[in-house]
Amino acid sequence: MLKLESVSVYYDKREVLKSLSFQVRPGEIVTLIGANGAGKTTTLMTISGLVKLRSGKIIFDNKDISNMSDYKIVQQGIVHVPEGRHIFPQLTVFENLQMGAFLRKDKKQIKQDLDYALSLFPILAERKSQQGGTLSGGEQQMLAIARGLMASPKLLLLDEPSLGLAPKVVDIIFDVILKIHDEGTTILLVEQNAQRALSIANYGYVIEVGKIILTDSGTNLLQNPQVKEAYLGS
Amino acid sequence: MLAQQIINGLTVGSVYALIALGYTMVYGILQLINFAHGEIYMLGAYLAIIFVVSLKFSLPIAGLLPLVFLFAMFFTGCYGFTIEKFAYKPLRNAPRLSALITAVGVSIFLQNYVMLTQGAKDKVFSHLISEQINAYFSNFFSKFIPSDGSRLYICGAQIYSLQLVIIITSIILMVLLNLFVTHTKIGKAMRATAQDLKMAHLVGIKVDTVISTTFIIGSILGAAAGVMVAMYYGRVWYYIGYLAGVKAFTAAVLGGIGNIYGAMFGGLILGLTESLAAGLIPGASEWKDVFAFIILILILIFRPQGIFGERIGEKF
Repeated sequence: MLKLESVSVYYDKREVLKSLSFQVRPGEIVTLIGANGAGKTTTLMTISGLVKLRSGKIIFDNKDISNMSDYKIVQQGIVHVPEGRHIFPQLTVFENLQMGAFLRKDKKQIKQDLDYALSLFPILAERKSQQGGTLSGGEQQMLAIARGLMASPKLLLLDEPSLGLAPKVVDIIFDVILKIHDEGTTILLVEQNAQRALSIANYGYVIEVGKIILTDSGTNLLQNPQVKEAYLGS
Repeated sequence: MLAQQIINGLTVGSVYALIALGYTMVYGILQLINFAHGEIYMLGAYLAIIFVVSLKFSLPIAGLLPLVFLFAMFFTGCYGFTIEKFAYKPLRNAPRLSALITAVGVSIFLQNYVMLTQGAKDKVFSHLISEQINAYFSNFFSKFIPSDGSRLYICGAQIYSLQLVIIITSIILMVLLNLFVTHTKIGKAMRATAQDLKMAHLVGIKVDTVISTTFIIGSILGAAAGVMVAMYYGRVWYYIGYLAGVKAFTAAVLGGIGNIYGAMFGGLILGLTESLAAGLIPGASEWKDVFAFIILILILIFRPQGIFGERIGEKF
């Protein structure tokens, strides 16, 4: 479904992704784990077109999307829910959700997706006309994911969805990720919480200073001594 | 006396407010002080006069005025669009200072462009048409407001009907702008882009389109202000954009730059302050421009974020 072929990205003269390759197959949950600054977020931003690649290729559904502009990538069905939630603070919850469906014109389908998103996070329905900036951190994360769903993604890129949230909220978020996945959306998940991420992932990639150093199934990576030592804190 | 100064203040204030909106909307999205915006207002004023002067056949005022507005707003909108595409868009990823200096350059360019093509002397609105317009509105308002034929009387103040036209038209335009940003999809996208540029890209908002729209709308509002000032004073000069621009910029800063309600409010406050100070402080009328700058200095010292102070959040 998604394939990165030796993708290199530079920030000025510094190479942050060094000929990175990996793939996500349809229907999978794939996770990228790695330390701070390893290039996880840059990888997602490159896929969604915010950062341009210097060389290599990104293929999505057999189309080369390497040089597509960001809104066209959204149109292809790749939706990026960035780290830090990025709620539009002075738009209402409802308007935030509307913005998620910005490129769509199929009104009936949008309404259905709205109902679906609100059914996943009933609290958002209660807060519908409240400004996004007044929500708690957990609610903002829920809104960020719900807004992502409003674009009706085929592939959802989630960057640190559990960062800074209370354990109870983290449970809700991970439950919803599984539900979204069950509905047929493919997921590429970036997480600091490697334990949690690997336990729901079909496949995991370990990234270190811009390179994939290890790939395996989620369950195998959980048992891998190298991963245990470096990322699972045991 | 007081009522007189208040009406005068509201008149200039609504002109400042209309121009200030252009500054503040562009700043909200690009963090760029578009110093050429005062010249956009000047272009609107010139276009109104050019249109009226070159019109070979005569039209009743009720038909002529909408045409003047549409003509000036349309072409000024085109100027705004083109300026953004040629001067600012190539610098989108350059340091902010480059765009700012470019804006000053565009401002100087437009002044000289108008001076060379229209002459360095004042350009005068047809006297005949000025009088017709005034008579038309005096006649209209005299149905509701006591009048002596050429002026209206409200609470003891003598008012020209064009002053009321300026105030009312400005209010209508601001209400329309408010409806636009709160109720249309592209309007909401404008607010979203101003609040979080990165996220606007990620939800698929075509940010270039939003920026173009912002420039066009800002220019249209500036043009409307220009047309009304041209009608009111009856003459324009290629340099009028400078002072009006600086004052409108002050109004935008006063209200809290980036906030459209701040610009509306700031414009009115600035107009009122100027007019009340000039009218009520003996001998101050020649110093009226000074008050705008005193206000600017005081705000920058005591409340740099302005009255409706937008919190400077982290971007990216």
